Amino acid sequence: MAKYGFFLGCIMPLRYPGIESSTREVMDALGVELVDMQGASCCPAPGVMRSFDQTYWMSVAARNLVIAQKMGVDVLTICNGCFDTLFEVAHKLNHDPEMRKKVNKILKEAGVDEYQGNVNVRHFVELLYKDVGVEAVRAKAKSGKGMKAAVHYGCHFLKPSNIKKIDDAERPHIFDDIVEAAGVTSVPFKDKGTCCGAGGGVRARTPDVALKMTKENLMNMQAAGAEVIVDCCPFCHLQYDAGQAQLKEFGIPVLHLSQLLGMAFGLDKAKLGLEVHQTKVNL
Amino acid sequence: MAEAKEPNPEFTRKVVEAGGKTVNLCFQCGTCTGSCPSGRQTAFRVRKLVRRAQLGFEEDVLPSDDLWLCTTCFTCYERCPRGVEIVDIIMALRNMAVRKGYMAEPHRKVAELISKTGHLVSLRDEDKALRGRLGLQNTPPTVFSDPKALEQVKKIGEICGFDKLIAGGK
Ligand code: SF4
Ligand code: SF4
Repeated sequence: MAKYGFFLGCIMPLRYPGIESSTREVMDALGVELVDMQGASCCPAPGVMRSFDQTYWMSVAARNLVIAQKMGVDVLTICNGCFDTLFEVAHKLNHDPEMRKKVNKILKEAGVDEYQGNVNVRHFVELLYKDVGVEAVRAKAKSGKGMKAAVHYGCHFLKPSNIKKIDDAERPHIFDDIVEAAGVTSVPFKDKGTCCGAGGGVRARTPDVALKMTKENLMNMQAAGAEVIVDCCPFCHLQYDAGQAQLKEFGIPVLHLSQLLGMAFGLDKAKLGLEVHQTKVNL
Repeated sequence: MAEAKEPNPEFTRKVVEAGGKTVNLCFQCGTCTGSCPSGRQTAFRVRKLVRRAQLGFEEDVLPSDDLWLCTTCFTCYERCPRGVEIVDIIMALRNMAVRKGYMAEPHRKVAELISKTGHLVSLRDEDKALRGRLGLQNTPPTVFSDPKALEQVKKIGEICGFDKLIAGGK
């Protein structure tokens, strides 16, 4: 059984814990063992925190990597933001000894073990596609109900593609393939692949601008007949879920892929934590 | 006749050193602006931002709201025909702006939250209760349940001067 350090981040465990319980159940069903990373913190967020001070951002991220290093595991995340920070910082520190030295000096002073540069960071969609396999997902899926889904990749799962090298950043397919394996139809829609609007500190600083971007995406999803939005990031999830409540229109339910798979695998519905969603989920 | 602003290569050099090493490769084609979801909703034009950084127009760039309208979606970065690492340039500029004291209040709040608690989101009683109902540990197994780990995160903030940085803005 493959074993990973499960990186929780902030939004999932604190605002959408149903994503966490679904992920734990779904991964268990697929034979992926998740171990808690005791004492982990915020990744820290690649948009806001990196904007303020890149040295601090990198050092806090490196402390999180050291936790996985001690456990002897690679990191698994279900969030594009956590993925971006941890992947990018690991990439930098694993390849650039000078930078690693600089960060290790800070870690040492803070009483943290040295980062040795061997931890890999995985996004769960990529893990499902490459390691677990689409067929294994299909075999477990009992009911997808043939719903039409707008699949939202978000930005930081695939981009920047020069270092992530996961799928074609302009015309990706791996997330759609998993959704379809769960018995759900992924519908094409205009400007698919566009940012939800929340990233880079825009949601915190100018929420009206973020919401305008969200609304344009929602219009395109609705025009394509989407009955559900499927995301792979709790921050995009929050933006679509809370955004529709704020806009008081659309009403398209939002599911994180872990919740969609939980549903398709026939998990106890109470385990999906859907009651905290601000846009009602009646699927 | 209008007076032309003088370029300031000194500032451009600082941008390059802070991580914007590709800034001089830009040839102003506008592919970035045409790809930008934020520019579609606002007057933010990323091509202009890159040009201003290239010419070293510090006073046009660091105090500007435009600098903060980028969602870091990387679309422009992916499509730029000159390989300009636009998001890295924006990050370098934002770090410089924050050092000059340009930090919006909501951002300061977010920064304070992480430097004090190690997380960007608070842990409320209702969150604990819901986690319990879902069969999860009420308090997540993170810095929230590990005071020693939180001390380390705080110490990193001290060493990097992060607390001072976020207290020092206007
Ligand atoms: S796409 Fe690249 S080369 Fe073209 S204007 Fe933007 S940064 Fe400059
Ligand atoms: S990364 Fe920023 S500037 Fe570039 S397209 Fe996205 S929002 Fe616009």
